[in-house]
Amino acid sequence: MSKQTAAPSSAAGAEEKSSAGVIDAPAEVDKKTLTRERDTAKAQQKSRLSGLDKETLVHLYRQMLLIRRFEEKAAEAYSAGKIGGFCHLYIGQEAVAVGALSAIRQDDYVLASYREHGHALAKGMSAESIMAELFGKATGCSKGKGGSMHMFDREVNLLGGHAIVGGQIPLATGTAFGSKYQGTDQVTLCFFGEAAVNQGAFHESLNMAQLWKLPCIYICENNQYGMGTSLERAMSLRDIAQKACAYEMASEFVDGMDVLAVREATQRAVERGRKDYLPTLLEVRTYRFMGHSMSDPGNYRTRAEIEKYQERDPIKLFSATLKEENISDDSELEQIDHEVREEVERAVRFADESPEPAPEELYTEIYANPIDPTRNRAQ
Amino acid sequence: MQTITIREALNQAIREELARDEKVFLMGEEVAAYQGAYKVTKGLLDEFGPKRVIDTPITELGFAGLGVGAAMVGLRPIVEFMTFNFSILATDQIINSAAKMLYMSGGQYKIPIVFRGPGGSAFQVSSQHSQAIESWYAYFPGIKVVMPSTAADAKGLLKSAIRDDDPVIFIEQERMYGNKGEVPDDPDFTIPLGVADIKREGKDVTIVARSLMVPLALKAAETLEQQGVSCEVIDPRTIRPLDIDTIVESVKKTNRVVLAEESHPFCGVNAEISTQIMERAFDYLDAPIKRVSGADVPMPYAKNLENLAVPNVDKIVAAVREVAYLD
Repeated sequence: MSKQTAAPSSAAGAEEKSSAGVIDAPAEVDKKTLTRERDTAKAQQKSRLSGLDKETLVHLYRQMLLIRRFEEKAAEAYSAGKIGGFCHLYIGQEAVAVGALSAIRQDDYVLASYREHGHALAKGMSAESIMAELFGKATGCSKGKGGSMHMFDREVNLLGGHAIVGGQIPLATGTAFGSKYQGTDQVTLCFFGEAAVNQGAFHESLNMAQLWKLPCIYICENNQYGMGTSLERAMSLRDIAQKACAYEMASEFVDGMDVLAVREATQRAVERGRKDYLPTLLEVRTYRFMGHSMSDPGNYRTRAEIEKYQERDPIKLFSATLKEENISDDSELEQIDHEVREEVERAVRFADESPEPAPEELYTEIYANPIDPTRNRAQ
Repeated sequence: MQTITIREALNQAIREELARDEKVFLMGEEVAAYQGAYKVTKGLLDEFGPKRVIDTPITELGFAGLGVGAAMVGLRPIVEFMTFNFSILATDQIINSAAKMLYMSGGQYKIPIVFRGPGGSAFQVSSQHSQAIESWYAYFPGIKVVMPSTAADAKGLLKSAIRDDDPVIFIEQERMYGNKGEVPDDPDFTIPLGVADIKREGKDVTIVARSLMVPLALKAAETLEQQGVSCEVIDPRTIRPLDIDTIVESVKKTNRVVLAEESHPFCGVNAEISTQIMERAFDYLDAPIKRVSGADVPMPYAKNLENLAVPNVDKIVAAVREVAYLD
């Protein structure tokens, strides 16, 4: 992934820099247009509320907020030197992981890219085990051997963060193959960014999945930038969902800033997968509010563009919907915020206080069946 | 005992393991309806059906990764590369996924998968279809690399590889599929991974050889016997993990070593074996270690040039005579 240079001093710093170095920035954002777009999005979200009980809705809100607060804290810990290496934040994209994962069962498989803290939380992993992994501690979900880009948890079938762009796509096709081979009705959700669509792995996988009817749901989180390269500069046909036509695969465009839209589209895909072993490509249009990684100030984006998407913040949108429809109120949402902040604080304390991996761990878990030639010669 | 070809021995191993364990399946290009590009998988589609013997599109990265994913959820794939030349397209999944998954998941996801197919030099197919790339795979912790040289080893080692819980690169030699040898009838016959085999005992010079170099080394040993030189021929069989102890014990006895391999000399497996001998038995050496390798050139097409590029019996004989200070 990206070459790490220097981390900005804080999350806010990253945004300041992006504002200072903007390209083609108009003098002012057209507030009226933004308001109109936001109101349209809100109306659409409200139309998706029917049939959903309060408990489900509040849970979705809580999970999105947990990811937001977790990532804010991760950025802080990164800047404080507690987290090393790369750290790709999910802020802005929370509705995608939360909406999609709310449509599956715990025994369904999930694979994601290196921007996977949010998916890990939404799949039900504890904030403690994820934060401890970020801190490189023995109590981390991958025992401190994987780090930010390699979260795994067998208990909840989170089969990794994978750090080669598109590398998880053939793997997810394989877990879907495994479900069909073993006659289970488990589906696989495979998350990747839009830049992965240019990799051969994407096309090879979609071809096999449709050819062999494998229950894999390919969720392209189109945040419009592969690191610093915009989609316009990298892709000839930019309507990614259309690419499914090449494989006769079902596909949809989805508003990735609306948690309910993502949930509904995923539900339709899951049904196709469970009943008929059929794959689906979802192009979920979203936006990352932060840089590609902690070292990226994001100078390639305009202030207007960032403000436009901040107006569509999936958490703000959803909280407005919940309040305006009298499903929740300020005091309840503040209480949730308080609780998730506590949860994240506990995770940081846990990670801080956890021991580093023992030095002996360097040489464990390289092979499931380590071979001792001396022992084998005696056989 | 049965006398069968390496091709038949491999076929038996796959058939028996498919019959033994429902979780085992075979996939690759032309493995099913076409019966295998080299007929190693002949008859398996008829016997086990299309669910377990699967023809793939020509999509090496895709089906290698699919195999790794299937292994993550409990299956035991055998992935055939029509030749290992094509595995180069799949190296991201073999190296970045298969080899590292167990470690980077903190021990949660083992990858029991076999990547197998022919490798090494073939006959007049030029640079892209005729090369030895075992040193690439042997470089990476997390992978096991196996290269059989006889029918019995082919069968016994492949069965062990399929039963093993780690990713195994299993490289057959394209020129050797028709070589015959005795193989035990017992369907539970296996050979453990990671154990070298002394193919011929001797006292004057140790020849370490693998794959195609083993029969050549044995012929060289016969010639040298007539010249009064007794050669011990050791076949590591498994390149990683390497049974260095067996090699070192032999070196301590003979004090002279020739390392033969088809691959290019630069960063080849024998460079590693040479270093380990130096580290563990330097004081026992009576002559510098001598390597016999494939030429450090892309494989040419013309027959005469190809013959010059691949090691032969004469080159091994000459190397042994050199370390024995006979010339």
